Amino acid sequence: MVPVLLRLALLFGGLSLLAFGGGAGVIPDMQRITVDRYHWLTAPEFLAFFAISRAAPGPGSLIVVLIGQKVAGLAGAAVAVLAMFGPTCVLVYAVARVWHRAGGAAWRLHVERALAPIAIGLTFATGLTLLRGTEHGWVAYAVTVVSAGLLSFTELNPLVALAGGAVTLVLAGG
Amino acid sequence: MALPPDPASSPPPSATPPTQPATLVALFLGFLSIGMMSFGGGLAAWIRREVVQRRGWMDDPQFLTGYALSQLVPGATNVNLAVFIGAQLRGVPGALATLAGLMLLPVALILLAGGMYLRVQGAPGYGWVAPMLAGMGAVAIGLNLATGVRLARRNLRGIAAGMVTLATTVGIAVLQISLLKVLLVMLPVSLGLSLWRGRA
Repeated sequence: MVPVLLRLALLFGGLSLLAFGGGAGVIPDMQRITVDRYHWLTAPEFLAFFAISRAAPGPGSLIVVLIGQKVAGLAGAAVAVLAMFGPTCVLVYAVARVWHRAGGAAWRLHVERALAPIAIGLTFATGLTLLRGTEHGWVAYAVTVVSAGLLSFTELNPLVALAGGAVTLVLAGG
Repeated sequence: MALPPDPASSPPPSATPPTQPATLVALFLGFLSIGMMSFGGGLAAWIRREVVQRRGWMDDPQFLTGYALSQLVPGATNVNLAVFIGAQLRGVPGALATLAGLMLLPVALILLAGGMYLRVQGAPGYGWVAPMLAGMGAVAIGLNLATGVRLARRNLRGIAAGMVTLATTVGIAVLQISLLKVLLVMLPVSLGLSLWRGRA
């Protein structure tokens, strides 16, 4: 039990410090390590957890709660939350103070400008990695493509899209 | 002769939003409601609505600085933003109040949902749960890609920035290089490109 909790803490604590541009960027690494290396859960389970954490309110990074719960019950969930959000919260507090002193300094604007395209790339990589890690049928692929288009170019509520996708696959029989 | 300022005329009634004292309880309750309203993403929009428009705890420039900073620091952007706002308004206790408010109900809800999922898995009646979750998963991937498209349309300026985005995407999703290695290469490259382009 304790080695597993320690592993959870080290994994999510480490990943959280790499999550530039929001929590979504570490999803590919999270999937690779929890599914392929540690075999804590299967790829379909990972996608189900991802879907639940996106459908539920709150930050998408709460997927770590589900993984922690699956691996080590409530203790696992608690360790996962603390590891995923603790270090970065301390960091943001510290940087907020430095940032205020930097004001409109040139280096600050350069760092902001340099991070934007990387963060966008991480967003795309997350979607593509998830697509690849699951054995999608053609109906599921179509749902992904249609919902990506609708959510990119219309103001469709994501919750409506999630419900629509669920209904579509249930009707299509998986 | 200078008249004493008329207390009724300042602040201008319609220009400033109502300012409520940012007590620890108010911070906690404000972020509690944000946490519950943020179904399907879009947390930052809810945070702005509550903190800037409804409660007047910050103005827009303060909020946007916090938002940029929250994206710059690793971790979930909106959690970082909550900590930033709480810290600005009431220091460490304020940060703890906003953090607890934002996380409490979503964590409880997701534990319930996860417990239900693990229980029905393999049980009779599970037949329709698997395709339902697969459908939600397919849309969640679509939502992810759409977020990338929206961010790219609003924030990508110039071919060099586009190449950085493409290289990051291909490195991780196609070549399956680990995030750390990709960042160790792409951060200096992107920073160099920004410096080379000149004044930010």
